Amino acid sequence: MAESHQLLNAAGIQRSLTRIAHEIIERNETPADLVLIGIQRGGTALAGRLGEILSGITKQAIPVGTLDVSMHRDDLDRRAAPRIHPTQIPFDVTGKTVVLVDDVLFSGRTIRAAMDALNDFGRPQRLQLAVLVDRGHRELPIKADFVGKNQPTARDEKVLVRFGAPDQADEVLLQRS
Amino acid sequence: MSWHRQHLLDIESLTADEILTVLDTARAFKAVGERAIKKVPALRGKTVVNLFVEPSTRTRISFELAQQRLSADIVNFTAEASSLKKGETLKDTAKNLEALNADFIVIRHRAAGAPHFLSRVLNTHVINAGDGAHEHPTQALLDAFTIRERKGEIAGLNVTILGDILFSRVARSNIWALTKLGAKVTLCGPATLVPRTFEAMGCRVTYDVEAALREADIIHLLRIQHERQRKTMFPSIGEYTTLFGLNRARFARARPDALIMHPGPINRGVEIDNELADCGRSLILEQVTNGLAVRMAVMFLINGGKGPAEVESH
Repeated sequence: MAESHQLLNAAGIQRSLTRIAHEIIERNETPADLVLIGIQRGGTALAGRLGEILSGITKQAIPVGTLDVSMHRDDLDRRAAPRIHPTQIPFDVTGKTVVLVDDVLFSGRTIRAAMDALNDFGRPQRLQLAVLVDRGHRELPIKADFVGKNQPTARDEKVLVRFGAPDQADEVLLQRS
Repeated sequence: MSWHRQHLLDIESLTADEILTVLDTARAFKAVGERAIKKVPALRGKTVVNLFVEPSTRTRISFELAQQRLSADIVNFTAEASSLKKGETLKDTAKNLEALNADFIVIRHRAAGAPHFLSRVLNTHVINAGDGAHEHPTQALLDAFTIRERKGEIAGLNVTILGDILFSRVARSNIWALTKLGAKVTLCGPATLVPRTFEAMGCRVTYDVEAALREADIIHLLRIQHERQRKTMFPSIGEYTTLFGLNRARFARARPDALIMHPGPINRGVEIDNELADCGRSLILEQVTNGLAVRMAVMFLINGGKGPAEVESH
């Protein structure tokens, strides 16, 4: 039986995202240059919510896109082919400050793939990374700029993020197998 | 969503779920083709041999471009320029290609079952690009993709395949794919080219072209392969055109939303009227565009290894 305990509840997630939004504004003084891109699947709903919070604070619409990194992964022949989800970036990223958004930062390989994938869409002025949970165990020199919660974990544990599902409360769980 | 196959040999052995997995994946690759940079690194470092023992232009070009857009390295091998002409067996040719550490072999061969044979004797991924009159799986997948994109759902549609069914691997693969996905398939053409035995595949067979077209959502035309028939199967091309060619009068009696498909190359003025081939309800060029996306999807899926598709790997 998998034993799990809650790291964040819905209110905790909302507080984390609000704090991240303020940190993004603090770091980037020109909101007009700011765009968010959520990484499929876990980052897209979070990017949407973060975009709403940022738009509320800055009083201007912050563009939000989605990026699927499946075609840029480095483990494609080591696993069954992944399901590919839509990439929708209906704006030009060249010259912008792009904040990549994902739910969990673990090995860092997804973020490396995302940086590669984004490269095909243009040349952002700068790229930053926001994650809801940083669970450690990096395999690449990658670091998040904005973190909701730093959570040391064991390698065989799982961090489960439930967010934006219509029939479920938002929460983050740590599962021990 | 499920795909655990190492080869694409035919449609007959695929499940509806596997076919839909290819179509869903192809949608993502079609979007890649619409970007400024149309290339992704999914097959970087992989070597693909295109072994076209039977001549082909459009399928080979489509596969080649698909491989280039996936960043694979490509070797093209045609029968005319190969040792097959010097008497080497297919197995030896393929074993030599495998010895060069090829990861994929895409094969077109006049003998039905040639891809299946290679998949048994080689350790590479094998993709059937047409084997005799047996199957042409990527053509059926791109046709299904095109129908689904234009009509939403394939289940419940009436699809009429008109022309030379007997000699057509495109027809066989399409019949398998469309019936698995729940379409009602009607076959029509000269009785010599459309034997009733096809009813065993779950199709309706009719020799009344008006009846075949009346309810069709999709009119799928096949090329009259005059190089294969040598006038033994029907009296003349002119008679075929008169009796079975899709002309404006016949098309006017079809449903107003019926769409025309053809795997190419088309014989203008034979199986299809010149103007109809270019009309707004002809999907012939969309099929070509979609073929590229579908072939990228097939190679991407086959490249996958064992194990679960969804792994926690942030």
